[in-house]
Amino acid sequence: MIVAFTSKGKGWGSMIDPRFGRTDYFLVYDESKDTLSAHDNRQIENEAHGAGPKTAQLLFKLEADVLITGNGPGGNAAAVLEKAGIKIFTGAQSFTVNEAYRAYQEEKLQEF
Amino acid sequence: MEIGANDIKEIVVISGKGGTGKTSIAASFGYLSGDDVIMADCDVDAADLHLLMKPDFAYSEDFYSGELAFIDSDKCTSCGECAEVCRFDAITLRNGSYAVDALNCEGCGYCTRICPASAISNIKQQVGRFYISSTRTGANMVHARLNIGADNSGKLVAKVKNETKRLAAAYGRKTIIVDGSPGVGCPVVSSLSGADLAVMVTEPTKAGLHDLKRIYELVQKFRIKAGCIINKYDLNPEISEQIRIFLRGNNIRELGAFPYDEKFTMAINQAKTIVEYDRSGLGRLIRACRETMHLMINEKQML
Amino acid sequence: MNIAIASGKGGTGKTTLSVNLAALFAEERKIVLADLDVEEPNSGLFLQGDPVSEGVRYKYIPEWEESTCTLCGECQKVCNFHAVIQLASQIMIFPELCHSCYTCSELCPTDSLPMIPQRMGMLKHSKDGMIDFVESRLDIGQEQAVPLIAQTIEYLGEHFGENTIKLFDSPPGTACPVIEVIKNADFVILVTEPTPFGFHDLKLAVETVKELKKPAAVVINRYGSGPADEIIEFCHTSDIAVLASIPNNRRIAELYSGGELIYTKVPEVRTELEKIKNHILKQWK
Repeated sequence: MIVAFTSKGKGWGSMIDPRFGRTDYFLVYDESKDTLSAHDNRQIENEAHGAGPKTAQLLFKLEADVLITGNGPGGNAAAVLEKAGIKIFTGAQSFTVNEAYRAYQEEKLQEF
Repeated sequence: MEIGANDIKEIVVISGKGGTGKTSIAASFGYLSGDDVIMADCDVDAADLHLLMKPDFAYSEDFYSGELAFIDSDKCTSCGECAEVCRFDAITLRNGSYAVDALNCEGCGYCTRICPASAISNIKQQVGRFYISSTRTGANMVHARLNIGADNSGKLVAKVKNETKRLAAAYGRKTIIVDGSPGVGCPVVSSLSGADLAVMVTEPTKAGLHDLKRIYELVQKFRIKAGCIINKYDLNPEISEQIRIFLRGNNIRELGAFPYDEKFTMAINQAKTIVEYDRSGLGRLIRACRETMHLMINEKQML
Repeated sequence: MNIAIASGKGGTGKTTLSVNLAALFAEERKIVLADLDVEEPNSGLFLQGDPVSEGVRYKYIPEWEESTCTLCGECQKVCNFHAVIQLASQIMIFPELCHSCYTCSELCPTDSLPMIPQRMGMLKHSKDGMIDFVESRLDIGQEQAVPLIAQTIEYLGEHFGENTIKLFDSPPGTACPVIEVIKNADFVILVTEPTPFGFHDLKLAVETVKELKKPAAVVINRYGSGPADEIIEFCHTSDIAVLASIPNNRRIAELYSGGELIYTKVPEVRTELEKIKNHILKQWK
């Protein structure tokens, strides 16, 4: 499985970014290879409209299976993620990426 | 690393309808926090928070959003194809040459793409200015001003909020108070995004109740904790009761109810917050309200 | 004659003034009141009309024709609004983000994105006594108010003659929606209140009407709740008349809260509204 996190920074200790469309980074953890990579999404700040679908498309290109985030995506972004078959887990806004991953494994996060 | 970025609590004050006292209340909360708060004015369309907070406009920059078509008259062959494809009647023939009407142009870029002479380019549009200030209460404030006719997209609001969070983390401030955008459109969505508590200010009028319900729909979508302040509650006891029934039915905490009081306006007229102007009356009510608010925020999030 | 009632700031009493003024005009003139604050239409809360007509309003958006699409990706490239997104072998369209510019549809090499009508809101036309009332409401989630405002103004032009006074209750602020309304007005009434907020936002509103070169006048609401000298001075130097000053009192606020007409119960308000009416009728002649 490839698990993606909306995050404020680039490491396991970074905080989860509660926003989806305008998240600063995506951290992508490939469970089979045990690799963590960071993808900068901050250029989205320049987009006046449609940040949600655009970010969802990036997530699709990163081949994520699961998304862990805070508030959850808006309607447009959720539609793209659904089409892309990405499962969404929300409510991780007060966690670091590391804590959020553990909460996800222990099935403590809410499925969107 | 961004230590404890999420220890910062963000409170957004909103009201669907204008004139309910949203800005005065947000400013009062800000005043009570002294310098231990960052203020954000996300009501960028009619930004008024600065009238009470007296920011110094210390830092400012131009803000760009969206695009606008621009026709280079030296290259233009006056073939008129641009005017033909434009769905917004934004390109007109003036004294023999084609020109773009900035107020009509949506920046879709259709004309730019099809111009046979490559005479049209889409240029970034400067739509307003963005400020970071110190205020008379010692708090820092992030605010913005849109140009006339500029589209209040979520982007400027998102920018104001991002800068607010960055400042809060850099200065170790625990609270952010946002004067939210009016209405229920895109800017409000941006104001609410990432907030820890939404304070909905309403009044017991038909319009007030109607707009409270609309704004709550939005708050609910974001699953943000919500509280409500009923301003001028004694103006119409019947509608106040209807508001309370709505609040109870939706498990929304009533943070406070303020009486109709001319002191509310008198404070604004002296460019003061209500808590400064009327310490014992309205001021006491607002202080109590703020305490309930902080209790609510610190209640453990359900997992 | 098209008269827009506007204010920079929300909550200054725009809707109250619109509804009361419409009722006063209706005593002797043909009048239609249109609520063009399509995101938050509130005038209808004050009028109980009998329905005349009601209809869904549409905007045009592209629809994906899968069978002819070659997945070349041109559509998503040309859309400046991210309303068209390509996901592997699928094209997704986001109606709320679409500005109906037709770029993707007309530049698609295989014509696989025909434009089709899509609901954006409702227009309701009703009649309360002698007042015709037209209200448009944008569906929740729709982001663009301008097309619905434009269609509503068009509806008014089609259904009412030259000798009907058309009152536009405008959206607040100074952004695109209010510009769309003022562009179509012959005369603008700016409502303000004597507070620093009211004054500040009046200055923005005046800037707006000057930019659009529209004749305008000011009405001061809640007169007496604070010093109005600055506002009056400002109007004087900006060469804008102050038509009326509606007093500030609790009785008016109470009548408003219950959605009742005010001028029929408070004589001072009637006197002030008469001044506005006379000014407008004089303009028209």
